[in-house]
Amino acid sequence: MRIQQFFICLFILIVSFSALAQVTSTPEPLVFENQQQQKRFDELTRELRCLVCQNQNLADSDAPLAHDLRREVHEMLMAGQTNKQIKQFLVERYGDFVLYRPPVQNNTYLLWLAPLILLLGGAWVLRANINKRAALLNADDNHQD
Amino acid sequence: MNSRTLPLLAFILLVTLLVVGLKISDRKTLIPSPLIDKPAPAFNLPVLGEPGRVLSKSSFLGKPYLINFWASWCVTCRVEHPVITELAKRGVLSVVGFNFRDESADAQAWLARFGNPYEVNLVDLDGKISIDFGVYAAPESFLVDPAGMIVFKQIGAMTPEIIETEILPRIASMESRN
Repeated sequence: MRIQQFFICLFILIVSFSALAQVTSTPEPLVFENQQQQKRFDELTRELRCLVCQNQNLADSDAPLAHDLRREVHEMLMAGQTNKQIKQFLVERYGDFVLYRPPVQNNTYLLWLAPLILLLGGAWVLRANINKRAALLNADDNHQD
Repeated sequence: MNSRTLPLLAFILLVTLLVVGLKISDRKTLIPSPLIDKPAPAFNLPVLGEPGRVLSKSSFLGKPYLINFWASWCVTCRVEHPVITELAKRGVLSVVGFNFRDESADAQAWLARFGNPYEVNLVDLDGKISIDFGVYAAPESFLVDPAGMIVFKQIGAMTPEIIETEILPRIASMESRN
């Protein structure tokens, strides 16, 4: 019985220590005044790229630069800046690359129009095929007559 | 063009795009800095090892200088250190260290151990100025002309080749303009 109690105590101790370790390793959390700010922050950091680990966004990344940029975004947001102003701030420093959603401008027209071009190309191929088969069918019918 | 050559051409085009994409994907330097040919961001930072002394951008106007972002925790900074030292020895421009996100005691120990090529070191403790310069990761270097404009940016370690092909010609053209 005593041995069992000892092990239960030991178990509780170990579990509580691991909880302590987790708390200390978390960086200081960012504080918001209301839920709307929190929501805007989440949306912004999901749309901004972490520049060190280039395939992660700011919200997901644990790189020191991502920590700093999150803090920077948080400060600007709390200072009452709009999403557009915050993005502009980062684009001026890190370039369009920081945005996950590239802006429509001279060097991205091809990127934005490519899906439409592919769709039109597909429609053209489809129409050519249909016409060809229709012609074949007609030829068949004529032959049988 | 018949129905067989069209898919083949489309396939060849896709493969070409893939090869080009793979070739340039690991070259971070291809990401252009929006700061080239723009005024260097303003700064007002304490000098490492000299409490109370603060330098700002205006302190450096009138001559070309190289801003080198470094930190004692940065492994590549140690690799480029001899190259920066060689550049500083040439005496063609001042090399200004921006020690960022670093403990000043660690930074001073680092300089004492490996040598101090910098004319002066400024302390950007929380990395705010490094964000203004759009620094991704140390080391990064910015060549600033006498008017305070950024004319060249090097992401990653400085190399003797880059000094020869990018830095020195630009300094020479600045001098010829004066």
